[in-house]
Amino acid sequence: MWWKILLFLVMSAVIVTGFITEAPQKQIGEASRIFYFHIPQAWLCVVAFAMSAFYSARFLKNRKLIDDDYALDTARLGFIFCLLATITGSIFAKVTWGAFWNWDPRQTSIFILLLIYGAFFALRSAVEDEDRRATLSAVYSIFAFVTVPFLIFVVPRMVTSLHPTDSVIDENLKFTMGVQVRSIFFSSLAAFSVLYFWMLSLTMRLNRLKRKQMTGTD
Amino acid sequence: MPASNAGLTNKVLAVYVKDLRLELRSRYGLNAIFMFGISSLTVISFSVGQAALSTKVLSALYWIVVFFSAMSAMAQVFVREEESGTAMALRLTTEPNAVYLGKLFFNLSLLVVLVAVITPLFFIFTDAPAEGIVNFLLVMILGVLDLCAATTLIAAIIARASVKGALFAVLSFPILLPVLIVLVSATDKVWAGSSLGEVSKLLQFLLAYVVIMVTASLMLFKFVWED
Amino acid sequence: MISSLNLELRQGESVAITGPNGSGKTTLLKLLLALLRPSSGKVTYYDDDRVLSREELRHRISFVSPYLSLYDQLSAEENLQFFTAVRGGNITGKNIDSLLLRVGLDGRGMDLVSEYSTGMKQRLKYAVALSNKPDFLLIDEPSSGLDDSGKAMMTALIEEQRAGSIIIIATNEKEEYSLASQQCRLDQ
Repeated sequence: MWWKILLFLVMSAVIVTGFITEAPQKQIGEASRIFYFHIPQAWLCVVAFAMSAFYSARFLKNRKLIDDDYALDTARLGFIFCLLATITGSIFAKVTWGAFWNWDPRQTSIFILLLIYGAFFALRSAVEDEDRRATLSAVYSIFAFVTVPFLIFVVPRMVTSLHPTDSVIDENLKFTMGVQVRSIFFSSLAAFSVLYFWMLSLTMRLNRLKRKQMTGTD
Repeated sequence: MPASNAGLTNKVLAVYVKDLRLELRSRYGLNAIFMFGISSLTVISFSVGQAALSTKVLSALYWIVVFFSAMSAMAQVFVREEESGTAMALRLTTEPNAVYLGKLFFNLSLLVVLVAVITPLFFIFTDAPAEGIVNFLLVMILGVLDLCAATTLIAAIIARASVKGALFAVLSFPILLPVLIVLVSATDKVWAGSSLGEVSKLLQFLLAYVVIMVTASLMLFKFVWED
Repeated sequence: MISSLNLELRQGESVAITGPNGSGKTTLLKLLLALLRPSSGKVTYYDDDRVLSREELRHRISFVSPYLSLYDQLSAEENLQFFTAVRGGNITGKNIDSLLLRVGLDGRGMDLVSEYSTGMKQRLKYAVALSNKPDFLLIDEPSSGLDDSGKAMMTALIEEQRAGSIIIIATNEKEEYSLASQQCRLDQ
């Protein structure tokens, strides 16, 4: 119980200090405050995807349908974080670069992640048999996850090296991040992560109960 | 174990030759892929034929034609087995890797035939620059390998799904998008006159992608096939 | 669907699986072929005391079933060649001829399977099933589509195979019960 209160306090503190302290990035100014919230969301979008691939692999190994439920649970959460990251990112893009969407490499990456999540859900709705749905979507989820390193590390780097004007934050912030900014940012990152795992454990518990009920009434 | 490798080679070859033979008798895949490729090329030619387009636009158009033509037929090699009920016989008689590799090479052949026809026509219909053709061919070959490496496993997945429809493109697109971005960018550069050295990073990306996709497919295919 | 079954067979033994429609005969065969995964329990194949791997089993097991199709757009000979080659073996023209003769398809080897009647397709399935000299032969509805001479051919074939292999037949035809040395009845 205590950690839930702590989470509440940390989250509140992050929100308040995120707005009352000096903006983290001088050139961009006020808009750069979104960095405290946007990056943790993008981070969780990838973490949730990794968790989905993990449960998918575990499903393929042990053939327990509950693992498939878990893979779906974390994919759903990941999709929400992905949407949030996309929305906050494009608001930021509108303010700083003048357009909601301009195919900055990072935007491309997050857009592809959204598409992968969408394809994962589309595949699940296209298979009727429960076991087969679990197998096929597990394979797809792992296969898609293999491409993530390309999305996150390789493409942005390669394309920025071709169009070096685009992204300002990542390069500069690494050097300019002071103690204050750093502590707010990592508190936010931790708080968001705990929030994600909390939400995940709730949906996982719900699914365990559902499975139990199903086998109970059979 | 060289003995079992030789065994695998023969099995792969058997699957590949069988699929080629079936394709030559029905010509389903070839017809679909050509009708799609040539229709889209014609549309491009009608709409932008006279305009002088930048190499950037041309390279995007080229890969759009190749991608969607490929999508029209590359799932067929698995769908055919499932729909004709022959998949069971194949499953009982041979190992999954032989099936995957045989189908991979079959799709590769289909796509090679496609680009062999589409590419000259593309150069005729548009004013894509002919200089740097060797560099372009290298990019093209890597692109074809990438397309096959990523889509063959997905073809196996959708052959097992109850609703197929547009699922193949829906599942393939996000996985291939990074490749398409790099391909368009590399093609643009070689058409604009870059040397291979200048695009070497992009070529390395394309090559790494093939290796990773084929390895992942070999590990995952048996789950799709034997379920 | 099948809740408890304990079956052990040795070389030269054969069993006819019987039971009403929907009792799970085909499901049982699919479990034996590892086409389905049992929710609990195990299917194991032995050579003496050694457990056969899935790969070894593929070389030594054959299946004949109405649900199993051969390639329509290949000829009978090409089907035989293909199914031998994907097992990693090869088959001579002489062997093909003698197999086709055995199932009464001699002279039709070059025709596409799509031109065959149902009975001829069934005969070809027997030819393909025998092409790897199976130690384990599983047959679902053995006489499906066969005429009287086809049935006679099938009976003779199974009699011949019985001594050297394990044969499992799923059937509802009373006259086919005698094809096997024992019976196993599945109830719903």
